[in-house]
Amino acid sequence: MTTAMNQQDGTNRTPDTEQLVDLKCVFERPQALSDKPFHYCPGCSHGTYHRLIAEMIDEFGLLDRTVGICPVGCAVFAYEYFEVDMIEASHGRAPAVATGVKRSLPDRFVFTYQGDGDLASIGMGEIIHAAARGERITVFFVNNGIFGMTGGQMAPTSLLGQKTTTSVDGRDPRTTGHPIKVCELLSSLEGVAYLARVPLTSPKNINTCRKYMRKAIRAQTEDVGLGLVEVLSPCPVQWGMKPGDALHYIDETVVKAFPPGEFVDKLESPIKT
Amino acid sequence: MDLCQIHVDRCKGCELCVEFCPKHALEMSEGRNAAGYHPAVLAHPDLCNGCALCAEMCPETGIEIYRRQKRARQDATDQG
Repeated sequence: MTTAMNQQDGTNRTPDTEQLVDLKCVFERPQALSDKPFHYCPGCSHGTYHRLIAEMIDEFGLLDRTVGICPVGCAVFAYEYFEVDMIEASHGRAPAVATGVKRSLPDRFVFTYQGDGDLASIGMGEIIHAAARGERITVFFVNNGIFGMTGGQMAPTSLLGQKTTTSVDGRDPRTTGHPIKVCELLSSLEGVAYLARVPLTSPKNINTCRKYMRKAIRAQTEDVGLGLVEVLSPCPVQWGMKPGDALHYIDETVVKAFPPGEFVDKLESPIKT
Repeated sequence: MDLCQIHVDRCKGCELCVEFCPKHALEMSEGRNAAGYHPAVLAHPDLCNGCALCAEMCPETGIEIYRRQKRARQDATDQG
């Protein structure tokens, strides 16, 4: 196809073989990410977050000593996608499993990957106590404000007025309460070393997310305390939006309820990378 | 070879790459891939400058980006 196009274009382009020598791959699948295609819906940020975690594992050279803990929820098959050891935890209990792994194998890098139904709903007790104990684990938290896998029910992180299959007239604070802001909630605990929230809505924000993830990983590798990065992810299918519109909805509406930024940063030295 | 290589069979047709391409080099295909989605294709290879914003936004990591090496600088470092 390319050769045919070159002939149509004219003479300026050199043949394929010479171009290959000149070209350098600057963006490809990270080594820590397996070749299996993701099972996530079109436009879901789980895939992007998986890629970022794999990039971080590559960047810190942790591929041979990483243990990941999977949640229950949309990312329940996350162990299929990483080329590291993974454990599937009971619903919400990933921080407890990670505590056990980290205490028995202190030289490993231990991370949990959790959604909002897992971390902010059934597993709220586990994450609060892991944070209070200051466990040296890194939590990658995906907040899409809805229970995606089970059919779009209202989650603890659903916005006020948000329409879901269990709040068809919009979330009413008189009967169902207010959204739980996990970063603000955990920021009062002494054991937390790093807390940040970022929406995964643009290449700029993805770069910011990389910056935050580096610090959350350093919180563990430098033995400071628990690190947590919360990403605001779209759920286009359950929100009933096109993927692009869902990103605009996050930028315009969700960030008002969940303001992005760094909440706790107890790391001393500036970032090295 | 194009700077932007799309793995058509990974594509789920979410159109985020098309939306974020600053040069409007990508378009959604009329045809379908193996999974039944309309995949994104590099419709205007001459516009693509390899900025990698499409690959950054692709949730499936289905895009590889290549860039041309800077020949002049390479030669300079080789010489001295």
